[in-house]
Amino acid sequence: MTAKFAIVGSGPSGFYAAEALLDALPDVEVDVLERLPVPFGLVRYGVAPDHQKLKQVTAAFERVAGDSRFRLFANVDVGSDVRASELAAIYDAVIFATGAALDRPLGIPGEGLPGSHSATEFVSWYNGHPEHSGKKFNLSCESAVIIGQGNVAIDVCRILAKSVDELKDSDICEHALDALAESKIRRIHLLGRRGPAQAKFTAKELRELSTLSRASVATVPADLELATNCLAEAERDPAIAKNLSIFRSFAGSRRAAPVSIDIDFFVSPTCIVGDAAVEAVELTRNRLEGLPGQQRAVACGEPIRLAAGAVFRSVGYRGSPIEGLPFNEVTGTVPNRAGKVIDDREDALGNVYVTGWIKRGPTGIIGTNRACAFETVDALLAELAKAKGKSAPGQEALTRLLRERKVKVVDFLQWRAIDEHERRRGTQVRKPREKLTSVPEMLSIALARTA
Amino acid sequence: MTHVVTENCTDCRFTDCVTTCPVSCFHGDDERIYIDPDVCIDCGACVPACPVQAIVELIDVPAEQAKWIQINAERAAQLPVVRTKQPQLASAEARRLELGL
Repeated sequence: MTAKFAIVGSGPSGFYAAEALLDALPDVEVDVLERLPVPFGLVRYGVAPDHQKLKQVTAAFERVAGDSRFRLFANVDVGSDVRASELAAIYDAVIFATGAALDRPLGIPGEGLPGSHSATEFVSWYNGHPEHSGKKFNLSCESAVIIGQGNVAIDVCRILAKSVDELKDSDICEHALDALAESKIRRIHLLGRRGPAQAKFTAKELRELSTLSRASVATVPADLELATNCLAEAERDPAIAKNLSIFRSFAGSRRAAPVSIDIDFFVSPTCIVGDAAVEAVELTRNRLEGLPGQQRAVACGEPIRLAAGAVFRSVGYRGSPIEGLPFNEVTGTVPNRAGKVIDDREDALGNVYVTGWIKRGPTGIIGTNRACAFETVDALLAELAKAKGKSAPGQEALTRLLRERKVKVVDFLQWRAIDEHERRRGTQVRKPREKLTSVPEMLSIALARTA
Repeated sequence: MTHVVTENCTDCRFTDCVTTCPVSCFHGDDERIYIDPDVCIDCGACVPACPVQAIVELIDVPAEQAKWIQINAERAAQLPVVRTKQPQLASAEARRLELGL
């Protein structure tokens, strides 16, 4: 009896879940549903365009998609085109790998002023996400402030700091490259509410900042004199120790350069100030309280005002609720036990599972989601072994539903038509790819190719 | 650039790293595992997964471990891919204690 599974979301988590299912069961059908006409989620729309090597993970996804038991249903919105409950009824099990697409707000006054942006919007914009490609960002000011000290904050910083020459052979979208060419931003501050031992950057991304042609990066030496509890954290975790040595190499090392990057620690924004648009960010100085590993920032001292015309907040992501599934509003995730969705009494709920960021929150890097998918699929297979039922209709029923509802499904071969088209467009401008940024355009290329 | 599996993997072979590898670039024999430098995309996901801190970014490989750079490349080319967690070696826990990790 063929086991039939649906996976919602075609980012890394969705593909790793598909890989694990295909590896575990010989007689299986794995259908991956994707809202956009194009697969790969954050590899396409999150990973920075100048990190082409990282984007090579798609080769692993291509291998999964090449399996005859795999099928992509792109341009299918679970919610409006087909309901989550319908999927659960026609498949043996459904895995939601819908990620964490929403950004966390700062929750401070002035956040809605023009010039105050989320890093997510900016990243989606330069990566050509159809829903964000038309957005405008204030790049005509001299100073930009990035709030948050993780790798997304560093991506935003690096894209703002690089020269157009340094971005030309990336797959950054043309509209973004044109806008960045006109950018007047020369001073960038990367702010963290805690200290250098708590910064979430990875060493590789941090080091990269010191290699930029026209930017000089600096830290404040006094911020790097660590208290006992921070030293204890660094001693436990080699990644922290490595970051610290890189921060030290930046300390007081400012050379003359057109663009300055300051990594500032122990500050929290309290207010974004401006009449008609962002003019400054008001900050409070922090000290740390708590045991090693649990230290939190506590305000102390006088407020500081930092002039800035653009603010990018990058303080985390949260998932969106999925119809019919429980949702934890605090963490922005779906409650689960090792991937099996559970209700507020901790009881398992039917044949629904989660993996990736919607399961554990927005932490870790691409590969972390592979280990996460293994865990979810193990939980699923354990349940499957217990349940001996009749065969689920699966793909056949889904295809019928979508046809009745006149949904234009894009399969993997049709995605390849888009892929090839984008690469050809890229070749003409000496880039690896020039992305299509409108859904109708994607569909016209994809649907012109029929099986 | 790549990451390198250094000395500490020998006698341990925990293989927690392989489940985090987004491109399945780990290869193994009965003693330890190796990274294929041509496939590794240098993401670093495997580094925190290793209980004995055996995996190091190429530029951070200490001089006394430098031989592993070539050994990883050569052995990875000869050995099969390891894509899922394998049982650790019987000596693994003792070795971890010995390393103070």
